[in-house]
Amino acid sequence: MTDNKKIQISDLNVFAGKFQILKNINIELPENKITVILGPSGCGKTTLLKCMNRLTDLYPELKVTGDIRISGNNILAAREDIYKLRQNMGLLSQRPYPLPMTIYNNIAYGLKLRGVKKRREIHKLVVHYLQQANLWEEVRTRLREPASRLSIGQQQRLCLARGLAVSPGIILADEPTSALDPISSQYIEQKFLELKNDYTIVLVTHVLRQARRIADYVVFMYLGEVIEQGDVHEVFENPKMEKTKLYLGGTFN
Amino acid sequence: MYILNRWQRHWVNNTWMIISLLVVATLPFFLFLGLYLKSFLLLHDYHLGHLLFGKIWKPGIGQFGFFPFIVGSIWVTLLAMVISAPICLLAAIYVTQYSKTHLLRIMHPAIDILAGIPSVVYGLWGILVIVPFISRYLGPLFGVTTVGYSILAAALVLSIMIVPFILNILIEIFRAIPVELKEASLALGATEWQSIKQVMVKKALPGIIAAFGFGLARAFGETMAVLMVVGNVVELPKSVFDPGYTLPALIANNYGEMLSIPKYDSALMFAALILLVVSLFFNLIMHFFIIRYNRY
Ligand SMILES: Nc1ncnc2c1ncn2[C@@H]1O[C@H](COP(=O)(O)OP(=O)(O)OP(=O)(O)O)[C@@H](O)[C@H]1O
Ligand SMILES: [Mg+2]
Repeated sequence: MTDNKKIQISDLNVFAGKFQILKNINIELPENKITVILGPSGCGKTTLLKCMNRLTDLYPELKVTGDIRISGNNILAAREDIYKLRQNMGLLSQRPYPLPMTIYNNIAYGLKLRGVKKRREIHKLVVHYLQQANLWEEVRTRLREPASRLSIGQQQRLCLARGLAVSPGIILADEPTSALDPISSQYIEQKFLELKNDYTIVLVTHVLRQARRIADYVVFMYLGEVIEQGDVHEVFENPKMEKTKLYLGGTFN
Repeated sequence: MYILNRWQRHWVNNTWMIISLLVVATLPFFLFLGLYLKSFLLLHDYHLGHLLFGKIWKPGIGQFGFFPFIVGSIWVTLLAMVISAPICLLAAIYVTQYSKTHLLRIMHPAIDILAGIPSVVYGLWGILVIVPFISRYLGPLFGVTTVGYSILAAALVLSIMIVPFILNILIEIFRAIPVELKEASLALGATEWQSIKQVMVKKALPGIIAAFGFGLARAFGETMAVLMVVGNVVELPKSVFDPGYTLPALIANNYGEMLSIPKYDSALMFAALILLVVSLFFNLIMHFFIIRYNRY
């Protein structure tokens, strides 16, 4: 492959006390592609995502060693500006967690953090990002309502808009459709396919069909280790490792 | 086997539940009614405004002005809250958001112990520590001569007494907020403090208000510890270094004595009625705020 490597992770280890959550992770994720991380529950997918935007810092019990290079910079180096670094990544979690404010302010919050100050500019951008997340038509008359009144599917799209509003280069999505109905899930999938022209997307999912539909690159993990990685066609049609075969065949336990 | 058939048992169960519910639900009303009837003698002879805002308390010659007690109670309660509330909020934020988890494990039993100490003990401690501290250091520092028994002494003792109650609720409230919400804010590039201030506290706001309301109600009704350090002088306090008197202290100090004075008994019942009405009022306000801020 000749793709640019947006994210390069080398020798990443994460310990929680004596327990090792991630073991010697070495992966390279291509720019402007959708990388899907697969693996059974508890194998460390969420932890891997949290390393990428340093949310691991929140958990003093976790010890992280190794290198994560994003466009060349090692973000695990202590000196990095952690706030800038996180703004470079939009996060979409398993369930939507709208901020306790209005729909409008959910987007404006990130814009202000990004340094947008003029009210008119903020307004313009709020509309823009709501449109990007296919939410504008549904909420244009209720921008001042609490975000928690939206349906779960709408909330997840709001979270997507909120994440895009800090103008990241990367989107980290941790099972973003697992709490959604099929239609809302399709919305998000469709959106990801459009967004990958401008963003590098890392998606964790348990839905193999979803992975096959939208992935360009696949990383398969098992018990904290990367077992196999490669182009979606290679991994799905021609898995090299026995464990990957079993997992993709659905006979894994 | 059974004396009653199924339907009858169902009926009995239901009836008892409904009766219990009614008892609980109407209890405040009956309390109110009882106190009202008991203080009727006073209310019949005096104008309500004169009772509430009258400044002269001379039961011997039939002067019943409750204003000094009301003002004393409000001063002591508000001052205690002003001291206690920010400390509790910051402590709760620190323990739940910043500190390692084992601090929380030590805090909980410590708080429970504080909550279990009888109020007389707090009162004694106030006499031994707070009162001399005020008369020797705090008073002179502000250029006031004071014996130490004062509104401030009562407020300080109270503010410490209500800490465990407020803090316990606040900690539970902050712990109930999913950590993912904070992560969402951090992931947008907010600092930890921004996330706490603008997201976590906002999410917790209805609960914070409830916790403060609970503390306020407790402080307002607290009798023993306040009575021991407030000075029990019937006058309008001009500063927090002046002694004062509170409504609960009035009742506790005098009930069962001096009942030969006409209407005295009735007057004490009226003091209790004011206490009841004010705490109901606090409750209503609190619920209003909780509903108002629970939108998010
Ligand atoms: N802060 C922590 N302290 C201790 N152990 C942790 C911590 N965070 C995660 N773990 C452990 O690390 C392992 C991986 O967790 P992680 O959440 O990354 O799994 P996952 O692959 O995302 O699983 P799922 O598919 O169920 O979401 C689990 O065994 C978990 O218990
Ligand atoms: Mg997970």
